Amino acid sequence: MLEEPHDIALTVNGVHRTARAPARRLLSDLLRHDLGLTGTHVGCEHGVCGCCTVLLDGDPVRSCLLFAVTAAGHEVTTVEGLAAPDGTPSPVQRAFRECHGLQCGFCTPGFLCTVTALLRETPRPTEDQVLEGISGNLCRCTGYQNIVKSVRRAAELAAADGAATDEGTA
Amino acid sequence: MGTRVFGEPVRRREDARLLTGRGRFLDDLGRDALAAAFVRSPHAHARVLDIDVMDALDVDGLVAVYTSEDLPGGVGEPLPLLIPHPALTHGRTAYPLARGIVRHVGEPVAMVVARDRYLAEDAAERVRVEYETLPAVVGIEAATRAEHLVHDDVPGNVGAVLVQETGDAAAAVDAAPHRLEFRLSIERSASTPLEGRGVYARWDADDGSLRVYTSTQASTGVRAAIAARLGLPNGKVEVIAPDVGGGFGVKIVHPWPEEVLVPWAARLLGREVKWAEDRREHFVSAAHERGQVQDVRVGFDGEGRVLGLDVRIRHDHGAYTPYGIIVPIVTSTQLLGPYRIGAYRAEVTSLYTNTVMVTPYRGAGRPQGVFCMERTMDRIARHLGLDRADVRAANLIQPDEFPYDQGLTFQDGRPLVYDSGDYPELLRRARELVGWDGFEADRAAAASRGRRVGVGIGIYVEGTGVGPYEGGHVEIDTAGRVHVSTGLTSQGQSHETVFAQIAAAELGVPLADVRVTTGDTRRFGYAVGTFASRAAVMSGNAIALACRKVRAKALRIAGEALEADPGDLDIADGVVHVKGDPSASLPLRTVAVLSNPLRYAFDAETAAATQFATGRPVTEPPVAPGDEPGLEGRDYYSPVRSTFAAGAHAAVVEVDPDTAEIAILRYVVVHDCGRLVNPMVVEGQIHGGVAQGVGGALYERMVYDGSGQLLNASFMDFLMPYATEVPRIETDHLETPSPLNPLGVKGAGEAGVIPVSAVIASAVEDAEGIRIDAMPLSPDDLFALRRQVESAGGVASAGMGERGACDLGGGAGGVASAGISERGASDPGGGAGGVASAGISERGASNPGGGAGGVARGAGDLQPRQRVDDNAVAARQRRNRDTSG
Amino acid sequence: MKPPPFRYHAPRTLEEALDVLAADPSAKVLAGGQSLVPLLNMRLAAPSALVDINRVAGLDVLRVRDDGVRVGALARHARVERSAEAGAVQPLLRLALRHVAHPVIRNRGTVVGSLAHADPAAELPAVLALVGGTVEVASAAGRRTVRADAFFRGPLEPALEPGDLAVSAFFPALPPRTGAAFAETSRRHGDYALAGAAATVALDRDLRVTSARAAYLGVAATPLVLDLTGAAGPAGDWAAASAHVLERVEPEADIHASADYRRHLTGVLTARVLRAAAAGALRDLRKAEGC
Repeated sequence: MLEEPHDIALTVNGVHRTARAPARRLLSDLLRHDLGLTGTHVGCEHGVCGCCTVLLDGDPVRSCLLFAVTAAGHEVTTVEGLAAPDGTPSPVQRAFRECHGLQCGFCTPGFLCTVTALLRETPRPTEDQVLEGISGNLCRCTGYQNIVKSVRRAAELAAADGAATDEGTA
Repeated sequence: MGTRVFGEPVRRREDARLLTGRGRFLDDLGRDALAAAFVRSPHAHARVLDIDVMDALDVDGLVAVYTSEDLPGGVGEPLPLLIPHPALTHGRTAYPLARGIVRHVGEPVAMVVARDRYLAEDAAERVRVEYETLPAVVGIEAATRAEHLVHDDVPGNVGAVLVQETGDAAAAVDAAPHRLEFRLSIERSASTPLEGRGVYARWDADDGSLRVYTSTQASTGVRAAIAARLGLPNGKVEVIAPDVGGGFGVKIVHPWPEEVLVPWAARLLGREVKWAEDRREHFVSAAHERGQVQDVRVGFDGEGRVLGLDVRIRHDHGAYTPYGIIVPIVTSTQLLGPYRIGAYRAEVTSLYTNTVMVTPYRGAGRPQGVFCMERTMDRIARHLGLDRADVRAANLIQPDEFPYDQGLTFQDGRPLVYDSGDYPELLRRARELVGWDGFEADRAAAASRGRRVGVGIGIYVEGTGVGPYEGGHVEIDTAGRVHVSTGLTSQGQSHETVFAQIAAAELGVPLADVRVTTGDTRRFGYAVGTFASRAAVMSGNAIALACRKVRAKALRIAGEALEADPGDLDIADGVVHVKGDPSASLPLRTVAVLSNPLRYAFDAETAAATQFATGRPVTEPPVAPGDEPGLEGRDYYSPVRSTFAAGAHAAVVEVDPDTAEIAILRYVVVHDCGRLVNPMVVEGQIHGGVAQGVGGALYERMVYDGSGQLLNASFMDFLMPYATEVPRIETDHLETPSPLNPLGVKGAGEAGVIPVSAVIASAVEDAEGIRIDAMPLSPDDLFALRRQVESAGGVASAGMGERGACDLGGGAGGVASAGISERGASDPGGGAGGVASAGISERGASNPGGGAGGVARGAGDLQPRQRVDDNAVAARQRRNRDTSG
Repeated sequence: MKPPPFRYHAPRTLEEALDVLAADPSAKVLAGGQSLVPLLNMRLAAPSALVDINRVAGLDVLRVRDDGVRVGALARHARVERSAEAGAVQPLLRLALRHVAHPVIRNRGTVVGSLAHADPAAELPAVLALVGGTVEVASAAGRRTVRADAFFRGPLEPALEPGDLAVSAFFPALPPRTGAAFAETSRRHGDYALAGAAATVALDRDLRVTSARAAYLGVAATPLVLDLTGAAGPAGDWAAASAHVLERVEPEADIHASADYRRHLTGVLTARVLRAAAAGALRDLRKAEGC
């Protein structure tokens, strides 16, 4: 069967992007293969591992469980879009580096997106909230010890950044 | 070593790209490549009668379909038996595409190449294969019965019988004052990296050369295999391991069928071809591990000292044996652990089954061996009524006994001689850290609140850094940058950082100036691979040795330029200087220029090295005999035998009297891998290992049905732990340097995983008073064990004094009895509120769970010494916490 | 693991959606996709067409009134879970939603989608069945309201015919002097439950139990609702209620748990949820007295 291609337009990391793809193209594949944003990884393609997590209109979602056509017209943020426009790493990125929160780095983009949203919703998470927040992401390298540490550290860094910004604007 | 970088928790060089989405993993490459997909057998054992591809040809975007008939010469022949061994009398390997017979679900039967993976899967679905199913051999018992054979020409399904022995174990057991005999078993699990396997190949027709990217632990091995199969010289094949998303053993096997077929198709089609394994393929067509049944006979004296140990191990090898019998060899040798055992005999029978093949997974046979030894220690202690840790202590090799020869042959074909260690100190620290000696009080306190807890311990020795060799190449360029390369690969072990630390320390250069390349045959062509916790030992030392050569050369050249004796020179911060006279100095970048006598200058710097610029004596050749141009060096490290790391782990667990759920309240690790290059990285390795161990102990198993279907081939049903399942891990380090290598290091990669099943089994047994013989242990398994004990009329064993007190649920399993609503004081949820009815208590609102809620809150009381955050424990326990509205 | 090809429709209005569904009876509805897309990726389902309702106006309602909570087909789990108003009127929604997979899945998955998937191991069908809720079903032919007990016909078999679209579900409010609780046991946090139970308990002013009901997931082909009022008696003998339940559940074994263990868990969870629900009712009563 010949598949009808769809014109898909969406905003990725603040940039308007278009692609032509069949309806069955998963958002993960569109990002990676059509748009060349390979930072989003694919670990299971059935929604369990969390490697492919991206932000859809700010909320973390599994990009392997979303058709690109469904995401058309929405805003997507991937790991490539987490740093500041000038390239300064985000508090979450900095914290993961500082706390050795990654080893092979394959699951990391999913964690970074998940944690970014978690801390925006809950800037000072309890231990319970941290675990619940990352409970849908698998990591096979770190045993999660340093990921949990990274989340706590990211909260501190974000708070410090926020304080600095407040001072700057005051 | 002037610069303080060796031994420091230096932050990782890898992270900048991995944190910003700029990592380059296999499927991130080759955006325009054609995609391969495979038609895989749905049957565990079948004859392939016919393959009809006609229907697939209609798929738009299809480029090619191949079956075994299409594969020429070496491409279609059985894959190599990588590690032959005299005991492996019936080694068997698979064809890249099945020829005649398939022997496990997932075995590749046909390859499809199409414009993209979606279309390739469409086409693969339309390839019709006619099978005649044959009886499947599934599981160790069926393989032993051998009513059916996996390979027609392998009688009894026995691929190998391996015997390791010292002394007459049977006689020693028979003569011992105490004897025990029992059976243990451990289930299948798998490496399961989050990135599957994958291969991407480009053929350069003009050059007649092939470039292959593959997600491997052994790029040089893959190169040799591809070159041989495709009839190319090694020099025309480049193999690169890009960023690899975890390996844990499964990616050491090579060549995988796909690693032969994808490059072959790329050459044939003259197009780039890529295969990125999906998760389902990984479960049924990569490799698994663990999977043993052990029959143990042990004889011991009244203090628990083992006088004789006779173990018969049946090892499930799956359908093929390309990686030889490394796993059973490791089990049978490392089983002895830190102990001085009287006479020992291990006989391993390696059995074929119609399941995915078994090759090393982190630990590589050690978890099974340690499970056997440590369960044995617990049995001995219980039999004699002695403390479990004391029995272990009575058997330990003492620090003054090194080097200690166990009298066996290790996996490298060399004597099993332990190089160094302090096992009593490991045990002492683990006891102290976990609060072993005060645990009875903790247990009683917990029991008084209706909670059931137990403590377990386990010790292991791990042979690390096996040969034959690794090499390192170090070059300082004219900008002062240091390029380090080694042939072994990286899958997250932080090699870029750790090797840079070694080089920076050896050379006296800033860490920021060092760049490390691993696993790229273009940069370093001789290597073995990354496995057996060997990278730091092998490549680390090779790089150190190469650095020492470069350093000597730099000092010699600088000495000439500075008119100083090289012995009076030192290097700091990338500058060679005369000791005690910082003004007489020369930067390494200038030394690099001087090291290469030039005819042509390409910039102002290099002009200094041209023939009219240097003041070298005209009677000498510009490059002295035996010397080479360039400030670079290469060296290899090839050890006589392995180094032996060791550790002691201990855990406190709580079991829910009602639901049989098992929670790990504390997990402590005392670890000795010799000198630490980067403690942060070593800790990370331990954490990851323990988490995999927890998976293997409580969650992960490969569930096959009788027909050989893998029933849980997804992350939904193969239960890899999330953050919510892994306890906080407390670590402590001991540093007993290895005398065998220049850096004094031992490997650390596998340490975390090795004793976890043994430790958890020990702790659950302690909590329940029910013998634990098989791992992993699910709540359902524990529930079934409780039922068995109940129907057998009571507690399984004596010597569990506290059990009566914590056995809340009683014979009825805590449900049918009045315990639910009228438990009174023993139930933290019931009655405490003192409200009208026994069943209706306000307290229950905050703690309806009883067991689970109680675990969480009480954790702090249980272990006053512990540093565990109660909230963290609480969160972990949440699984079963209900909340009222 | 790539989905097979399908025709794709993205209607903007309900009428348009129903027309498309009527025209192609084998079309499947795509809302959150958290259950459907894995099935597609594994090629365990291959519908001829998908009707993506994510752009249909008016389906994202979350209407909370004193009598209950109406949840539209596009209301995501996370939104319902976070709604304090919905939680106040029918606490079981929130209590159960916390157990639905992981937060990231709940950001996308929908309550109505979960009901329409009719997985007997899922949390929300049990809740709808326990509280006597309904599903509003629309088709080109008209609308109908289906009671929960009629909606769950079998495992993965909702009472939806070709051309039907479940447009909303209604969860009636918790009656006064009634407490509710939810508990489940799963292997890993966020996994499907090995067994789970939801309960409501109502008390009179003399603290006598006037109603005790429980619904179970993971232990039968459809959500199983049991009235335990008689078994528990006015004093709330939860052990007796548990024993009563054990005789009435016939769970099946799978790779994660034996039938025996599931049955056993059902008993344990029964006591836990009834006790917790009773405590909730007591609190409710005390609060009312306090006013």
